[in-house]
Amino acid sequence: MTRTPALGALRARLESALDDDARAWLAQALATAAAQPAPSEAPAPQVTASQAPAPTWELRFAQAGRRCGPEHADDARLLLLGAARADTATLTRLYEQGTAAERRAVLHALTHLVPGPEALGLTEDALRTNDTSLVAAAVGPYGAEHLDAHAWRHAVLKCLFTGVSVDAVAALADRARGDGELARMLGDYARERTAAGRPVPGDLQRVLALTEARTEARTEARTDALTESPTEQPAEDPTEQPAEAASAASPQES
Amino acid sequence: MRLFDPHIHMTSRTTDDYEAMYAAGVRAVVEPAFWLGQPRTSPSSFYDYFDSLLGWEPFRAAQYGIAHHCTIALNPKEANDPRCTPVLDQLPRYLVKDNVVAVGEIGYDSMTPAEDTALSAQLQMAADAELPALVHTPHRDKLAGLHRTIDVVRESALPLDRVLLDHLNETTVKDAKDAGCWLGFSVYPDTKMDEDRMVAILRSYGPEKVLVNSAADWGRSDPLKTRKVADAMLKAGFDDDMVDLVMWRNPVAFYELSGRLHLEVEGTDATHEGNSILRGGE
Repeated sequence: MTRTPALGALRARLESALDDDARAWLAQALATAAAQPAPSEAPAPQVTASQAPAPTWELRFAQAGRRCGPEHADDARLLLLGAARADTATLTRLYEQGTAAERRAVLHALTHLVPGPEALGLTEDALRTNDTSLVAAAVGPYGAEHLDAHAWRHAVLKCLFTGVSVDAVAALADRARGDGELARMLGDYARERTAAGRPVPGDLQRVLALTEARTEARTEARTDALTESPTEQPAEDPTEQPAEAASAASPQES
Repeated sequence: MRLFDPHIHMTSRTTDDYEAMYAAGVRAVVEPAFWLGQPRTSPSSFYDYFDSLLGWEPFRAAQYGIAHHCTIALNPKEANDPRCTPVLDQLPRYLVKDNVVAVGEIGYDSMTPAEDTALSAQLQMAADAELPALVHTPHRDKLAGLHRTIDVVRESALPLDRVLLDHLNETTVKDAKDAGCWLGFSVYPDTKMDEDRMVAILRSYGPEKVLVNSAADWGRSDPLKTRKVADAMLKAGFDDDMVDLVMWRNPVAFYELSGRLHLEVEGTDATHEGNSILRGGE
């Protein structure tokens, strides 16, 4: 678990936004999740997953929307996953059995809970959907770290196709810098739009410009919930994360 | 005019329908899980369908400013197919989801022992999950089916006032009302109810606990029937408040028994106006 301070800040922010009932529910739910043995410490299940009743914290994970309100559900679910120290197998199951909102929360959690590329299949699954909220979650920090060059370029293009703002793309400037193949794809797409008499998305020019950028210092602002409020994370410079993600980026990029 | 279609199978409808429904005043729908016209042959087909009702379809609806909830169940027709009945074991994990506002459609199709088993089991699941139930009444042998349905509900853990009996008509409305159930009417181009008969029933039995739906699906049906009934009510002399009661407040009250109804549509700003169901580069 690499970024728990971010989850701590998120919890403080969420608690201040919830009413008394929802705050009390969240505290109880997080305590329940934290009391679970970590998956690596839990005894091997004696029954198959389909027969076993879901752990209580997973029920709380499902209920977060109606308890905290849909506008806070993503954050509440992310905190529950963190508190339960959900491993890749658990995250995969919750994604596969999840509503769109639950899947989004799992995608957001990957960067906090999965250190390597082993959950990349979930990101790739989300990128095959046409639900823009899932696509936006899939191009967050975990996707930035682990998607290979080809898949990442198609993810960026898909954002342009489906109207997802490229603000959602983590480490955009770092991954786009010097990417001639991405520049070619963007140019071809712009020509296709122009030939059809359709407008070229404004974000396209923005990404195209980034592919030409050469300065090391340039860092694209990110909009994911964990870094949007830097004043609540004094110990963590929000501009550090894209650089950190880039340093761990897939070798195909370098 | 705000309209709530409490029973419509949007999976089978186009984005043109969503657009027309919004223009007609529809702001909320509930999509009950049902059969697809083509029989399913394995439980996995159900799970993909349920996942769609909990993911893709609410997303599509939101693009057109319409709140989408669903009901989940093994439908009575496919409850007769042993290849499908393992779905019953997996239903509890779906019934905890935020967007699930009832167990349904359950009930009778051909009134077989397998349907008895599935109906009883799912009424118990509704009670356990603190959900109401949407109970379809059969197309064939309807009045006998209604009586048997009410008897089974009486023996279940679910109170009659948490049950919506659907596809009612002139022959079944009285017994359903006397039992204390919510009263659902499906208005169709050829079968089930039509607009004028619906108005006549409202005159005879009053608007209390009455819900009107289009039940539009893959067959000949009309997703604008809720609006057409509202217009027929106004033309017949019902006032705006009565129309609002039947077409909005009653369905809201029934599905609010779940504690999970959320009628504000989110996330439509970037992709509203109907241009967002893009192909994603396929």
